[in-house]
Amino acid sequence: MGRFFLRRLGQAAVAIFGVTTLVFFIQRLTGDPTLLLVPETATKADIEAMRHTLGLDRPLLVQYVGFLWDMLRFDLGRSFIQNVSVATIIGARLPYTLALAAGALFVAFAIGVPVGVVLAIRRGKLSSGGLMGMVLAAQSMPTFWSGILLIMIFAVWLGWLPPSGPGGFGHLIMPSVALGLLSMATFARITRTSILDELSKDYVRSARARGVPTRRLVFRHLLRNASIPVVSIAAIEISHLLAGAVVVETVFAWPGLGLLTIQSIVSRDFLVVQAIVLLGAFVTIGLNFLADILYSIIDPRIRLDGGPS
Amino acid sequence: MNAMPPKIAAERPARKRRRLAPVLPFVLVFLVFVLVALLAPVIAPYEPNVQNLLGRLKPPGTVIRGITYALGSDELGRDLLSRLIYGARMSLAAAVLSVMLSGAVGSVLGMAAGYARGWVEVVVMRIVDIFLSVPAVLLAIITVAVLGPGFINVVLVLALTRWPRYARVAYGQTLSVANMPYVRLARFMGAGRLRILFVHILPNIVGPLTVVATLEFGLMVLFEASLSFLGLGVQPPTASWGAMLSVGRNYVSSAWWIATFPGVCLFLLVLSVNLIGDSLRDILDPKSRTRRTR
Repeated sequence: MGRFFLRRLGQAAVAIFGVTTLVFFIQRLTGDPTLLLVPETATKADIEAMRHTLGLDRPLLVQYVGFLWDMLRFDLGRSFIQNVSVATIIGARLPYTLALAAGALFVAFAIGVPVGVVLAIRRGKLSSGGLMGMVLAAQSMPTFWSGILLIMIFAVWLGWLPPSGPGGFGHLIMPSVALGLLSMATFARITRTSILDELSKDYVRSARARGVPTRRLVFRHLLRNASIPVVSIAAIEISHLLAGAVVVETVFAWPGLGLLTIQSIVSRDFLVVQAIVLLGAFVTIGLNFLADILYSIIDPRIRLDGGPS
Repeated sequence: MNAMPPKIAAERPARKRRRLAPVLPFVLVFLVFVLVALLAPVIAPYEPNVQNLLGRLKPPGTVIRGITYALGSDELGRDLLSRLIYGARMSLAAAVLSVMLSGAVGSVLGMAAGYARGWVEVVVMRIVDIFLSVPAVLLAIITVAVLGPGFINVVLVLALTRWPRYARVAYGQTLSVANMPYVRLARFMGAGRLRILFVHILPNIVGPLTVVATLEFGLMVLFEASLSFLGLGVQPPTASWGAMLSVGRNYVSSAWWIATFPGVCLFLLVLSVNLIGDSLRDILDPKSRTRRTR
């Protein structure tokens, strides 16, 4: 276990290095990253000056090492547009996105997993058909459209909730639901699929033959075995939530990192965009790491350490 | 050992047909969208990009100077129905191209990693991890921010960011299938690597992969719409449902139809794809159909 842990930690470090490299090269897809950093009104002389100031006229390898060194020191740079350090800009917005992601995850998990269990156990029954329809409907809703509909219904017509903007708990409800719906559907489907897979195995048949009641079968046997895919999906799903926040925050004018991303693209504040992408990546790597550790605890059969079987 | 399947997992052909029946209307819906997309220039009542400033923000059914706005007009007086019809083209084309690209690349790499293990596994799965480490939307956004928006860029970005999803599923499934007795037996009997991968492993993991592909197809439709909604996808004046919704959001209280109809179209298209995918799973995944004999 200890060896596996260290090994996996090393892999996470490699992933962080890889993502940083990926972002460095994406910056240079068009050949000259300077153009991403200057305002649209910049003259040719401005661009030259900027290129020199930033050291973008140095050899690529030198730039790359410099970039890695900056990232290693958590130096995300300074926004040219706002003339504030990127870390400060992100720090101010981060709590909003965390609150939104937590709300959405709660909506997704609290509804999704029980729904998935019911769907699997009552498969083929009418009630499960109706529930599946709702799950698929939730999954097929574009978040920006469900967001707009929520605003139409609960803010414009009923006047129950504030339409958009930052604020207290009331302001968080609609964005959380809009963001959580898609993940809810994913949790429900994955839970359903993996429980169905478990149901067709020998041990379930023997348990049934021994007269184990369905409830006990589900809670004692199925959920543990079926939770493997659910756990790994949960890690990926949180990163979907962070990404989905871009759209949902735009719809609801929720001042988190998602809205900041779009604002920064519009105002050509590329360093902020890059920092948010890297942050999202590092968070996701951490979550995947956790998921794999949980994976190996729940199911020791899975030998991720690469030994021959 | 070929015992009677347990009741809960059994599915007799007659029952399977009954399960398929409710999906047929959605197959029809999907085919209608495909036809509409293919025949857009023939069936669209008007040019999608022709503006008519006298006919701005007209509700559905309005007739102005001989132009009938069946589903209303947008903020530039363009016919919403015609734009919806052309928008179907964008959505479907982007989704088909990106799913095909990412599915093929991801499945092959994932299977190779899961079966070969060793350095192939390490390299492929590290790259998968790196790609999955960046939320796809963020990766798409930063890439589009660098490359610039546009249809081709959107398709490439979607394909490039989504292949790891297939790779991870193919990898995980291959891991669990590769140690099954029948695969070991095939190996002992001298089957080659490619034969084992494509004849023995692929059929047993194609179910989960198909489910992923159909979920992804719906997701790709949504992604294209999201990018266009954020102004990073297909650029105006080209019609795209996402961009239409983005305009419609500004007119929620005064012109509800602009945000409503593209949303309904997106919803119906994605819903039908998801439902079709779900019944495909029941047909394709041997595990859910009959109990596997070992």
